[in-house]
Formats: sequence, C-alpha cells, structure tokens
Amino acid sequence: MIFDIIIYVFLGIGIFFNLLAGVGLLRFPDVYTRLHAGTKCTTFGSIFIVGSVILIGLKWWWENDANGSVLALHSIFALIAILLTNPVGAHAIARAAHRSGVKPAMAVVDHLDESSQLKPMKRKTKSKKKAEEKEDE
Amino acid sequence: MIDLMTTYLVVVVALALCSIMALIRIILGPTAPDRVVGVDTVNTIVIVAMVAFGMAFKEVIYIDVAIVYAFLSFISTLFIAKYLEGGEF
Repeated sequence: MIFDIIIYVFLGIGIFFNLLAGVGLLRFPDVYTRLHAGTKCTTFGSIFIVGSVILIGLKWWWENDANGSVLALHSIFALIAILLTNPVGAHAIARAAHRSGVKPAMAVVDHLDESSQLKPMKRKTKSKKKAEEKEDE
Repeated sequence: MIDLMTTYLVVVVALALCSIMALIRIILGPTAPDRVVGVDTVNTIVIVAMVAFGMAFKEVIYIDVAIVYAFLSFISTLFIAKYLEGGEF
C-alpha cells in the first residue's frame, strides 16, 4: 500500500517537472533561459519517472521474480545514459549559441564575449577577425 | 487501486503533451539554437516515454532501445552544436 503511494508520488513529481519544462520552453524569452528550462527540468523529472520503474523492478526482484532484476538493471543503465548525456548536450548547445552570435534578451553588455574584455565598446565578428589576420600576413 | 499498466500509459500520454509543447517551440523558434533546444527536449522526453512504455507492457526490449536512442541523440546533438559553432570537423 505505502509502496504504491511512493510510486504515485514519484510519477507525479516526474510529470509535473516535465510539464514545467514544456511551459518554460514556450514562455521564456531567450535561448539560454529556454535551455535552462528544457534541460534541467527534464533531467530532474526523468530521474523520478525512471526511478519509479527501478523501484518496481527491485520490488519484483525482492519477490523472487527474475524479470524484475532485468527491468531494474536496464532502467538504471537508461538513467545513467540520460544523466551523462543531457548536461553535456546542453553545454554544447549553449556554447554553440554563444559563439554563433545569439545575444541574451535585453542584454546590454555581454561579459562572456572574449573580445569585450579588451575593448568593451567594439565587438569583433568572425569575418573582421579573418580580414585582420590576412592583413597581418 | 488502478493497475500499473494503466498508470504508466497515462504517464506516456502526459509525456506526449510535454513533447507537443516542445514541438510548438521547434516550429515557432526564431533562431536555429532555439530549435536545437526543442529537439534536445523532445529526445529526453521520448527516452523517458520509452522506459515508461516498456514498464507498461513489461517488455525490457523497449528500455534497451531507450538506452541506444539516448546515446544516438547525444551524438546528433553534439554534431548539430558543432555545425552551429562553425568549427571544422
């Protein structure tokens, strides 16, 4: 009985955070904030949904059902795959968005820009840098 | 109490609603990184839905497919990010 309640609570938390991820993707104004919503919330929600499957598999294993151990172990591997790949992919997308020139919404000064630390008022784009390098040669 | 299969099928339907919201962002998204964020979210939700689906029908093969799909979607996300960055492969 209490095991069922734990399973339902886990599923509720997981669905709630996944729905928050969808709403955040629709409502936020910016690539970086959308990334914040779409990646962290789905990771946290998927931990709980897959965790409920792992708990059910462990319970079946406890009741001497060999199918449960296979279910629990494979779900653990799926959870590890999600936990390893999701933040790395988010970091790659954020770096690509920043380097391809997408500015945050309502941003005035971009402190992450490498060229802004030397000359705060002048931004160098890639084509200008290449032209200057050619001139130096 | 409701049985486990119905519960996990309801979970799959709710996850489908989340992925529909991410699909709207893919259609609307003003820049290319927005669409990549939407695709990444849809991929994660599909992985979780595969695990819930395998639990509903008690088939472990769906969960194996979810593991392989996780790594393949990770590689595709890295490639799209590398392409947006303008780097050399």
